[in-house]
Amino acid sequence: MPRQTTKSIYWQGVRDGAPFILVIVPFSVLFGVVATEAGLNVLETMGFSVLVIAGAAQFTALQLLSDGAPTAIALISALAVNLRMAMYSASLTPYIGGASLGQRALAAYFTVDQSYACAIVKFEANPGWSIPQRLSYFFGVVTAICPLWYVFTLVGALVGTSIPQGLALDFALPITFLAMIAPMLRTPAHLAAAFVSVTMSLIFAFLPYNLGLLIAGVAGMMVGAQVEVTRERRIAPPTGDTS
Amino acid sequence: MIDKTSLWIVIILLGLGSFGLRFVFTGLIGDRPLPAWMLRHLRYTAVAVLPGLVAPLVVWPAATDGTFDAPRMAAALMTLAVGYFTRNVILAIVLGALTLYGGLALLG
Repeated sequence: MPRQTTKSIYWQGVRDGAPFILVIVPFSVLFGVVATEAGLNVLETMGFSVLVIAGAAQFTALQLLSDGAPTAIALISALAVNLRMAMYSASLTPYIGGASLGQRALAAYFTVDQSYACAIVKFEANPGWSIPQRLSYFFGVVTAICPLWYVFTLVGALVGTSIPQGLALDFALPITFLAMIAPMLRTPAHLAAAFVSVTMSLIFAFLPYNLGLLIAGVAGMMVGAQVEVTRERRIAPPTGDTS
Repeated sequence: MIDKTSLWIVIILLGLGSFGLRFVFTGLIGDRPLPAWMLRHLRYTAVAVLPGLVAPLVVWPAATDGTFDAPRMAAALMTLAVGYFTRNVILAIVLGALTLYGGLALLG
């Protein structure tokens, strides 16, 4: 493979982020519509999408405020939905922790499910990338999706009609994520982590504030790490026993 | 009608809080080395969080009011299988979408 330039890596990020346009556009239009119907003006609606930039948390806060929940409850619930972002931050630290403070802050602001998912796949696959190359890739993905998040929130707020249900775009999110997850399942440890994650998130789906996902995430990470250790022990000792 | 003051309190604090969650490790730890056991756990963050994020959406789709939907389940399994065996993200998305639309057309 020819040596990759930082610029070509940026465009690779843009291309890898592009399929998520199918997720971002309907989701942001929907937020604009729902927020407007809840009585928010354009500035307030855009305030959500620009300052928070996290769909599920925005919907949670809006829903609770519309239901007349106390301000603190709405805030805490929506933050709980976003707790997985701290896991993403930890996961990205070994790769971009050496960047400048400003770059890390900018990357943090743009850390969403899609940018994280794309980035972690490519960072693992390209351990030789420099920090500037990693950031280029990350911001390439961000370029493909985040501006559309703002623009189509505005479209939803102004036009006020959602994308027709018949297109079944609700399922764009599961399909794009599953397509990204499947190639990540390289080792028994990765498979075990994913299996535990799915099982736990279904079992604990009844919990409020998306807490089931946190349990699933932590349990999946622990199982993945444990399987890795167990397999290393089995492979490492030179006993000649090839089980 | 949502009270405007509490609305802006939530927007601003949720924005700051979300940024804090996204910045907490990259910002505070930076390039200090992490212990091996923690790195070992972090290697599995993506496969531990993203499948859990998607699973309820596949099993109980919001579009069908949470009732099991055969076309959506078939589309999810097709996407997963194609992605796993070909490692081709775009092909997995295309075949998953075709399965979804095909299934919806067949079953209504």
